[in-house]
Amino acid sequence: MLPGFGLSLGFTLGYLSLLVLIPLSTVFAKSAALGWTGFWEAATTARVLASYRVSFGTAFIAAALNTLFGLLVAWVLVRYPFPGRKLIDAVVDLPFALPTAVAGIALTTLYAPNGWLGKPLAALGVKAAFTPLGIIIALTFIGLPFVVRTVQPVLQDLERESEEAAVSLGASRWQTLRRVVFPAIGPALLTGFALAFARGVGEYGSVVFISGNMPMKTEIAPLLIMTKLEQFDYAGATAIGAVMLLVSFVLLFTINLLQWWSRRRTA
Amino acid sequence: MSDLPRSAAVGEPRLVRWTLIALALGFLALFLIVPLVAVFAEALRKGVAVYLAALREPDAVSAVRLTLLAAAVAVPLNLVFGLAAAWAIAKFQFRGRSLLLTLIDLPFAVSPVIAGMIFILLFGAQGWLGPWLQARDIQVVFAVPGIVLATTFVTFPFVARELIPLMVEQGPEEEEAAIVLGATGWQTFRRVTLPNIRWGLLYGVILCTARAIGEFGAVSVVSGHIRGETNTLPLHIEILYNEYHFAAAFAVASLLTLLALVTLAAKSLLEHRRREPMPAVEPAIEAA
Repeated sequence: MLPGFGLSLGFTLGYLSLLVLIPLSTVFAKSAALGWTGFWEAATTARVLASYRVSFGTAFIAAALNTLFGLLVAWVLVRYPFPGRKLIDAVVDLPFALPTAVAGIALTTLYAPNGWLGKPLAALGVKAAFTPLGIIIALTFIGLPFVVRTVQPVLQDLERESEEAAVSLGASRWQTLRRVVFPAIGPALLTGFALAFARGVGEYGSVVFISGNMPMKTEIAPLLIMTKLEQFDYAGATAIGAVMLLVSFVLLFTINLLQWWSRRRTA
Repeated sequence: MSDLPRSAAVGEPRLVRWTLIALALGFLALFLIVPLVAVFAEALRKGVAVYLAALREPDAVSAVRLTLLAAAVAVPLNLVFGLAAAWAIAKFQFRGRSLLLTLIDLPFAVSPVIAGMIFILLFGAQGWLGPWLQARDIQVVFAVPGIVLATTFVTFPFVARELIPLMVEQGPEEEEAAIVLGATGWQTFRRVTLPNIRWGLLYGVILCTARAIGEFGAVSVVSGHIRGETNTLPLHIEILYNEYHFAAAFAVASLLTLLALVTLAAKSLLEHRRREPMPAVEPAIEAA
């Protein structure tokens, strides 16, 4: 038997409680102190409801885009050799490594009406920066690596023999993809989607610059929390925070469930 | 199998293949490479003199100092925590092990703004400990300690998340052998465990440091936004940008971008050393 169990577990639990669990519990304690009606009123004003719509709506669309393009990128990286593949593979993690404020100002400058990409879009009559589209662009950037990095290892482990078997049994390539490949990577795709969505819902730094922050239109829920804290409306901020935390916990639980499912499938 | 060459049987025609590659590269170029180039182009737009001046300005220097201070506290704390958590989880079986793993991931699941807010609810004037702190004239939020706390919170899981899968995979056998041969616990850790996990540990520390330096939302909530006092580098960028000092904002941003590129390079190098892919930069909520 190895030594250090009591010490290491004791330190782990103590540090976890002091830094994470006790501070997080303040959100629920403070919400409970508001009483049910007080909480409900603070968490469901028209402006707050609009911010949920913006946050969840844009995060959903961005996660869906990332699922599509993430699958494409993972597929190309795993299946097709091409020059520079290693470099491209490394660059995929950029959104994880780049500070969100940097991403925020870079994207805003690019998509502003006089920016490199904003100008051609404006010529087409599309406004990107300071509209919900801008938020979707920022969240697509932020969530990009999640789907690639969850699908890529599953694709790598997928045995080519099962595809060959399908073909030798007379399946067309499309049938093989639909019946053999997609079911195998389905759970990983869903996990990647959920991870990107969860990240997008809470994201702040990359969005505040490009969104324009107009109440009822392009104001995300995390920004509304920030605004309420600046106005010392702690009750209002806490109520929104509690709703967002609950959603995060549900998503965390779902993701754990999805991964358990995905491991059971591949095992 | 002999009738059909493998690529034809389970691959796509050449045209489809190159179309997919072009689409994927186009998407990545548009979303990753163009913003990266834009940071440096905007930073140097007004010339090297303006670029260097933005980095030498006193407010920028004090932002660098505060950012490094926050990282210097957060990283060692989370390093010790990561080692302790990985030791307990990887070397022993106990009830609630997978619950503990999920709880360690919590800071990844929480919005950065909420990560900042909880410290205001705890230490702010109206917070649980607010009156007690006020009576003793101790300022936590809207001051340096708040920034350090928020940074430590958001970087909490990084080292642990890197080490746990690695040490679970290695199992307790080598350490048990060392103990049986008469080594003390500390010797075992230093001579057996540490050499086995050094690359993962190094990578975890790099990730933790990069995130500590780049954190924006959580720090923004608890910072008083006092120039020269409670501004970290990302907050300094925000102020410069909002005051239309675009070249200066991007000059400071280019420093953080270089740091991000170094992180990516370190990941590729260490991956090469370990000969197997590492978890992504933000392992998020993998493997419970």
